[in-house]
Amino acid sequence: MKIAVPIKFVPDLVEELTIDPSGTALDTTWLRLIINELDDHAVEQAILLKERSGGEVTVLSAEADGVDDFLFTAAAKGADRLIKLTGDFSAADNHALGRAFADVIKELQPDLILTGVQAHNDLDGSVGPLLAEYLGLPYVGYVAGIALDGNKVVARKEYAGGLVAEVEVKLPAVLGIQAAEQPPRYVAYSKIRQVMGTAKIEERPVSNLESSGGVVVGRLFQPEVAERATMLEGSPEDVADKLVGLFKELGTL
Amino acid sequence: MEITLSPLSPSVTKTFYTSLFDLQDGERVRTCLQCGTCSGICPFGYIMKFPPGKIIGAIRAEIFDHVLKTDSVWMCVSCNACASFCPSNIPITRVLMTRTKEEMILAGNVPSELQAALENTQRYGNPLGESPRKRADWTLGLQPEVNILGKTRQPVDVLWYVGDYASYHSRMQPATRALAKILNALGVNFGILGPEEYSDGDSQRLAGERGLFEMMAQKNGQVFRKYKFNQIITTDPHAYNALKNEYPALGVEYPVQHYTQFLFERIEQIKPLLKNEIKAKVAYHDPCYLGRVNGIFDEPRALLSAIPGVELVEMSHQRINSLCCGGGGGGMWLDGFQWEKAHTRLSEWRVREAVAVNTQILAVACPYEPPRFEDATKTIQAASQLKVREIAELLAESMDL
Repeated sequence: MKIAVPIKFVPDLVEELTIDPSGTALDTTWLRLIINELDDHAVEQAILLKERSGGEVTVLSAEADGVDDFLFTAAAKGADRLIKLTGDFSAADNHALGRAFADVIKELQPDLILTGVQAHNDLDGSVGPLLAEYLGLPYVGYVAGIALDGNKVVARKEYAGGLVAEVEVKLPAVLGIQAAEQPPRYVAYSKIRQVMGTAKIEERPVSNLESSGGVVVGRLFQPEVAERATMLEGSPEDVADKLVGLFKELGTL
Repeated sequence: MEITLSPLSPSVTKTFYTSLFDLQDGERVRTCLQCGTCSGICPFGYIMKFPPGKIIGAIRAEIFDHVLKTDSVWMCVSCNACASFCPSNIPITRVLMTRTKEEMILAGNVPSELQAALENTQRYGNPLGESPRKRADWTLGLQPEVNILGKTRQPVDVLWYVGDYASYHSRMQPATRALAKILNALGVNFGILGPEEYSDGDSQRLAGERGLFEMMAQKNGQVFRKYKFNQIITTDPHAYNALKNEYPALGVEYPVQHYTQFLFERIEQIKPLLKNEIKAKVAYHDPCYLGRVNGIFDEPRALLSAIPGVELVEMSHQRINSLCCGGGGGGMWLDGFQWEKAHTRLSEWRVREAVAVNTQILAVACPYEPPRFEDATKTIQAASQLKVREIAELLAESMDL
C-alpha cells in the first residue's frame, strides 16, 4: 500500500494578519506559516494505516518557511519519503497547487491519497477534489476513519447533525480527511533532530504554475463596521410586535 | 526509514537503570533504602500507582516496564520534596522522575494538554502558544520605556530575563510591570530581550522533554552572546534554576540572581521608599525552585517584613517543607489530567493552609502562582477573601509606584 499525503502551509493566526497595499492579498512581511491542521491529521491517518497494514507513506509539500521542519517531524513519526516542490508558490492558488501535486503524484502511483479536507485559506475550493479531478480519481471528503479492504477502502464520512456514512471506494482514490482516528501524535524533539541528520528531502522543481479555473480576488479587507444593530427592548410580546412591524416595513412580510 | 523507538524494547529495565548512572549523581539510585520517605512526602504519592520509591523497587525487580504501562508519573510536579528528604540523598526528581517522564515521551505516551504546551514551545518559543513578537507587549505604556536590547543595542548592567508567564499571562503582567517600576525607582540600568527571548525550558525538561530544553538553552545562549551585560536577574524561579544549575553544562554561563535576591541586596535603599502601609497578615509561599531546590528562603521574607504594616505569618508547610502550587514539572499543562486523577489541586490545599493561619494576603514569588492560587480562591469558599499578591506587587504598592 503506497499512500501519498499532499499537505500545505497556511497563515498562522497567532500573528496579526495585515493586508498588502495592493488590497488583494495578505502582507507577507510578517506572515508566518503553519501546517494546515487537517493536513496534519491526514499525515497522522496515513501513519496509522501504515502501522496497521504496512506500506509506504510519502508526504509532499510546496516549498515554504517551516516546511522542512514539518517534513522531518513527519519522518520522525513514521513517514518514509519526503518530497518538496520548489519554485515560486507565493501566488499559487489551490488550482495551481492541485495541478503541481498531480504531476508528481502521477509518477508516484500511490494506491491512496490523503489530504486535509479543507484549509482556512481555501478561496478557490479545497485541494482534495481538485487533485482528484486532475488525476481522474474518485474523491470522498469529510472522512474520519478508514478501513482497508484489498483494492478498496471503506471511508467513514461525516455529515452534519452527527450522521456518518460508510462509503466504499475503489483504489486508487483521494480522501479528504476531517479527523485522523487519533489526534496527531507528539514526537520528542531529540527524535526529530536525529531524523534531520539522516532523512532526505527530495526536491522537485516546478516551473510553470497553472492557476486557470481559480478565482480572482477583487478586494481583501478586514471586517468593516456597517450600520449599528438596533436592540429591541420590552417584554417578549412587545419585542415580537416590534419585530413583525419591522418585517412589514422592510417588505418581508 | 528506521526510526529508533525508545531504547527500551529488549531489556527495558537494564537499559533504563544504566541510563540513570550517566546523569549527575545518578548512581546514588543504587543506595536506595526502600524506606518510603519519598512516597510519603510526595504530595500526590498517595494517588500514584508507582510513587518514587516503588519505581526504584520495580527497577530492582526488573519490572520497570510495569511502570511505563501506567501514567501515574504524570502526577509528579517535580517539586523536589522527595529528593530533599531522601536519607540517601538520591536526586529523585531530577534523575529518576524526569528520566521516567522522558521514556514516556519517547514512547509517545504524552497527555494531550502537555503535548500542546510542548508543541507551542517548539514552534513559538513559549508554552502558551503566544506570538513571539508580542513578548514585550507588557511594557507598552510604561515610562520610562523599557530598554529592549535588540532595539537599543546599549550595554546594560542587568539583563532581566523576564520569562514566559511573566511576559504573557494577563494575571502576571501587572506584577512584571511592578518590578520594572521598582528597578527604575532604584536606578538600575537594565534591559530585556523582548521578542528575542525564548522559554527557559526548565519545566519542559522536568516534564521529560530534554531535547526541547536543550534547543531553548541554545537559542537563549545565542541571544545572550549578542549583548553586553554584567549579570542576569529572573522573575521566574524555574528560569533561575535553569540558568544557575542547567545552562552552564551546555556552555551558557552567567552570574544569575532571582529578583528577590537582587532586591534584598538593595534593601537599605528600598526601605526609605516603602511609604504606604499594607496592614495585613501575610503568609509567604516558598516556590519549590527558589526555596527547596536553591535554598533561597530568607530574602523574600526580609523584603516582605520591610513593608510597613505587614505581619508575616507561617503556614504549616514552609521553607524546605513547602507545598508545591502544582504547576511544576509540566503540572502547569496537566491541570485537567491531574484533576481527573486526584479531584483536587495542590493550589487548593495551599490556600486552605493560608486561611487556616488567618492570613489576608498570600505572597508569592513565582509566575505560576498568582493565576493558580487566585483560581483556587475562587473554588475554595473559605479562601474567597484571600488576596494573592506577587512580592513585586506589594513592594510597588508600598513604594507608591
